[in-house]
Amino acid sequence: MSSMIDIYRASAQRKQRGLLAYIALIAVLVYVAATTTFDGYVTNILMQAVTYSVAVMGLTVVLGLCGQINLAQAAFFGLGAYAVGLGTVDYGLSYWICMGLGLAVVLAFGAFLGTSTIRLGGHYLAMVTISFQQILTLVMINWIPVTHGPDGVSRILKPSLFNTPQSYLAFCVVVLAVVGYLVWQLPSTKLGRAMRAVRDNELAAGVTGIDIQRTKVTAFAICALLGGLGGGLFAGGFSYVSPDQFSFAESIVFLTMVLLGGVASPIGAVIGTGLLILIPEWLRFLKSIPGLYLAIYGLAVILIVLFMPDGIWGFVVQRFKNLRGALRLSAELPELTLVQTQAHADDVLVVNNLAKHFGGLKAVDDISFVVKRGSVHALIGPNGSGKTTTLNVLSGLYTPTAGAVQLDGQDITHFAPHERTASGLGRTFQNIRLFRSMTALENVIIGVERPGNPVDHAPIALEARARSALNFVGLGDRADELVTSFSYGHQRLIEIARALAGNPTLLLLDEPAAGLNSTEKMELRDLLKRIAAKGLTILIIDHDMTLVSEVAEHITVLNFGRRIADGDPVSVLNHPDVVTAYLGSDANAAH
Amino acid sequence: MDIVFQLLFQGIGIGSVYALVALGFVLIFRATNVVNFAQGEFSMVAAFLMVIFSVDLEWPYWISFLLSLGGMAIYGALFNLGVYFPLRHRTYLPVIISTIGASILVSNSTLALYGPQPQVLQPLLDFPGFNIGTVYLDAQYLLIIGVTVVLVAFQYWFFEHTLLGKKLQATSQDKEMASLLGIPVATMIMLTFVYSAMIGGLAGIMVAPILFVSIHMGGTIALKAFAATIIGGFGDVAGAIIGGLALGVIETFGAAYVSVPYKDGFAFLVLVAFLVFRPQGIFGERVAEKA
Repeated sequence: MSSMIDIYRASAQRKQRGLLAYIALIAVLVYVAATTTFDGYVTNILMQAVTYSVAVMGLTVVLGLCGQINLAQAAFFGLGAYAVGLGTVDYGLSYWICMGLGLAVVLAFGAFLGTSTIRLGGHYLAMVTISFQQILTLVMINWIPVTHGPDGVSRILKPSLFNTPQSYLAFCVVVLAVVGYLVWQLPSTKLGRAMRAVRDNELAAGVTGIDIQRTKVTAFAICALLGGLGGGLFAGGFSYVSPDQFSFAESIVFLTMVLLGGVASPIGAVIGTGLLILIPEWLRFLKSIPGLYLAIYGLAVILIVLFMPDGIWGFVVQRFKNLRGALRLSAELPELTLVQTQAHADDVLVVNNLAKHFGGLKAVDDISFVVKRGSVHALIGPNGSGKTTTLNVLSGLYTPTAGAVQLDGQDITHFAPHERTASGLGRTFQNIRLFRSMTALENVIIGVERPGNPVDHAPIALEARARSALNFVGLGDRADELVTSFSYGHQRLIEIARALAGNPTLLLLDEPAAGLNSTEKMELRDLLKRIAAKGLTILIIDHDMTLVSEVAEHITVLNFGRRIADGDPVSVLNHPDVVTAYLGSDANAAH
Repeated sequence: MDIVFQLLFQGIGIGSVYALVALGFVLIFRATNVVNFAQGEFSMVAAFLMVIFSVDLEWPYWISFLLSLGGMAIYGALFNLGVYFPLRHRTYLPVIISTIGASILVSNSTLALYGPQPQVLQPLLDFPGFNIGTVYLDAQYLLIIGVTVVLVAFQYWFFEHTLLGKKLQATSQDKEMASLLGIPVATMIMLTFVYSAMIGGLAGIMVAPILFVSIHMGGTIALKAFAATIIGGFGDVAGAIIGGLALGVIETFGAAYVSVPYKDGFAFLVLVAFLVFRPQGIFGERVAEKA
């Protein structure tokens, strides 16, 4: 057994060695690019491959990490290119100023398109980006006084610092290397994890405290920025830009590149870009028949989606995954602590006259109850009693028709899900919502990263706390496995660990016993007792009477959207209305 | 004032084409929950089939017409088998990408076969049109409007009053339940693609004498049809038709009074404006999809 710090140090050293090797490789490439005099044709191909790769990495971020589609990458690329082209040629500005202005413009457009993702997913986003692409192409062609129209912009200057093709190519390689490194590191940062969480399960991302909208807009802005950067480099490299280089067809080419190489990694972006620039050069004869070349692109897109969904790099990684072998040392971990924020009052959750109506249906009708600090409170009721609706109102998925919800003295009635989480609400779902492409550890780390979690947010502390939480639920030794390899019952435990890791003020458990077998139910009961022993306040929603009566100190019963009983388990379960609700009115008549 | 009526007439005529293609869009969306980005190519392929049969082979117009529609039925079936069906259990993203790939493949294969030169297709009717007052009613536009009215009426009857129509509706609402009730879901989806390809093709054949037959007609029509569905409220059949007509009118007036080169841009502007400010469309109550 070694300590957490040793393991962390070892992994940091390994990362550092990797970074050094990477820098060495780039240094060699830069040296080769700067000193070798290629003929113009080869320089052009290399220049195109390098600048396109930068733009394609933007798609790695938005499509690969965040799961959002962008069919306007050529438009962003074109904006960057025109900024450098028009700025240096027509306005006599320095290359660097033009590049800076171009990136600012691209960032603004990227963020604007990104905000449209807030209300619109999937197909709508595809359409918005296509429309943006088409409008931009129309403007480039028709706004002749500014853009020079179909003639394009020629004699674009390179920066005086890198005035030869070799030195400029070397500069571009350095930019690509830096971008590649950042994109490579992104998935294991807080932002990157948030993007992956949004891609895997938007709902769960929200309730674990991730601001979904901000995450998507950021992903979009980064994508646009890399597109503009690639375009600016491209304009300097080729000295000539025209509208047809940035058409919708080119956006499809960018998309094909990222799909072919693999959306998950910047290495895939480089592979895909390199291949799709080289292959057409080898198959130049195809270009003699107009259309044939793009037709093959189209076919390639379909075939990749059908047969190689993870791209070439994804395919390679899959093959070698077993060889890498995760040799993990088990570390001595501190016992999981649940830090409580300063107690404001004895009442953790106060629900006042809460109502939720769907048209004429009063799913929840004027419900009030109070959850006391440190207690295990159960909310029960037969099917259709309004339990789940109440829960969805409490966690912010529904807006209440009337009434108020207070958490720890704070009115959270109108908070978005992630804001409630930031105020101290943790929850699990009846139908488990984990981030399916991540390991158990990564899932729980997202829990630790809850905004407002009063613990150390340094990477080592994050990981240590996440491992402690997994240890606490008994899955510490399998922390590095993908969540999909766990059984249903264990996935539920990971979900509980994710919520616990965030130090919630109140833990909401939505039917935690659903779908568990009797052994798993007993384990769950013991776990809940251990959590309660740590002083955490729990609101459990379930209809498993055995579980509820064993763990709960206080029970609120709903029926037909109204509260019919409230009190300690014994008195509530013997309450005539409760008996009627569960067993029917004949039982009532027997009284 | 007459110019306004003249533009209104043309707008409704071209809008009818958008409405028909939008209808095909909506039917496929409802059956599969996927937006078919190769919808416009249905119109383009049909127009090229007409060129092959009636211009190149010089067969009679109506035989060419029937053969083209038959060809579209086969094309719709092949499209389903090659582009949608293998991906039916995946998320929407691969399917979108695959239909985009299909759109690129089909339009550029046509380019490779036929070259960039636009083809000309003669109108179906021999007489050019007539005047009411000073407003000139072009026969081809009248035909388009007439066929659209008939098709919409037919479709209403079909979906509301036939068993097959009800089965198709059941499939689009809940595939799992439909299959438990013994409805062959795969067949229903196949029928949807075939029918959608045929009405898209019909729109393409009718609009061809007005627009020229070129490989770009598919992409343009598809985006406008999509804009139409957004304006009307996504997934709504009546909304698609009204949205299509509205877009045709907006675009015609925009070209006449604002700018001709940006004519195609109006559709996109309207589309973006609706998506940002009123994504549920004019009639829609539904919240935007959370895909």
